[in-house]
Amino acid sequence: MVTEVLQAPLVLEYPFTRSTGPVIGAFLTGLREGVICGVRRADGTVLCPPLEYDPLTADPLTELVEVQQSGEVLTWAWNGEPRPMQPFDRAFAWALIRLDGADTSMLHAVFADSPSGMSTGMRVRAVWRDEREGHIADIAGFEPETQRPSE
Amino acid sequence: METDPLVPPAALSGEVTLPPALADAEPVQSVCTPIRLSYTYTPGRALSRYLRAMAGKRILGERCPVTGQVFVPPRGVSPLGGTATSESVELPDTGYVESFNITRVPIERRPDLKPPYCSAWIVLDGASVGFLGLVINIAPEEVRIGMRVRAVWKPDDELETSAANILGWEPTGESDEVITDYERIGRADPPPS
Repeated sequence: MVTEVLQAPLVLEYPFTRSTGPVIGAFLTGLREGVICGVRRADGTVLCPPLEYDPLTADPLTELVEVQQSGEVLTWAWNGEPRPMQPFDRAFAWALIRLDGADTSMLHAVFADSPSGMSTGMRVRAVWRDEREGHIADIAGFEPETQRPSE
Repeated sequence: METDPLVPPAALSGEVTLPPALADAEPVQSVCTPIRLSYTYTPGRALSRYLRAMAGKRILGERCPVTGQVFVPPRGVSPLGGTATSESVELPDTGYVESFNITRVPIERRPDLKPPYCSAWIVLDGASVGFLGLVINIAPEEVRIGMRVRAVWKPDDELETSAANILGWEPTGESDEVITDYERIGRADPPPS
């Protein structure tokens, strides 16, 4: 006897809410306000996204500074088949982006039409969502600067 | 450098300086970071038998051939000895509350669970172990260990191959089961002699 195999969708979800503390909180506050913040180390270099402690000296870091909304792609990987809840519903690149005014890079999405539109060292700029809530996804992603020259 | 463990580090005490653009902004203090795994679940043979029986408002357990213990929902093996089960056992849709909990905090995305509600470990008549169910049609404060309950099924035209066919468990009004050994609550009954 052939019997249809039973199957059903099953979603396991933990809807965590975590407290942010003043440093990460300031970064997220900035995103909500359309501003990108880094944190300055004692030697004057700027970490973006900000960290609460200096990765070399472990000193607390407390001086938040604004960085630019454009920067440089340090490295990237093409994501040809995006999964649900990723930043874009068609193919895009994950990239480490060093924003102007920062000395470290952040991971985010770059909207390019194909891998041939991506290159190490290319310039990109942030694209903001219209409705922002204080979350990394307030930045929809980054677009190549050549697509829309700065005003 | 010596640090005083009783003094919170500046990074956690809120003593940060902000760029001018954020001077007047209401600070973000929390962020939602859900973790989500989306599966297609295939129940396997024993649970498939159980779910198909559910579509006909029947509850199927399975008996361990070594100890005689009856497990429901069946997993195809005895969870105690690891022996494969082979004999299906039809169980009545009545039993008793072995343990329970009253929840007073809502769960996100579960508007169907309106606090306060009572979840209970329910042992069916003839089963060796309990399983989780909702106790309904009674004020949660009146639920007690040993209370006799009966399944409340969905209307016949809404039945599916799903344990969700049982909306909950309501009191039968019979006298309570007498529980004397609270140490054994939540454990399997010993094998029948």
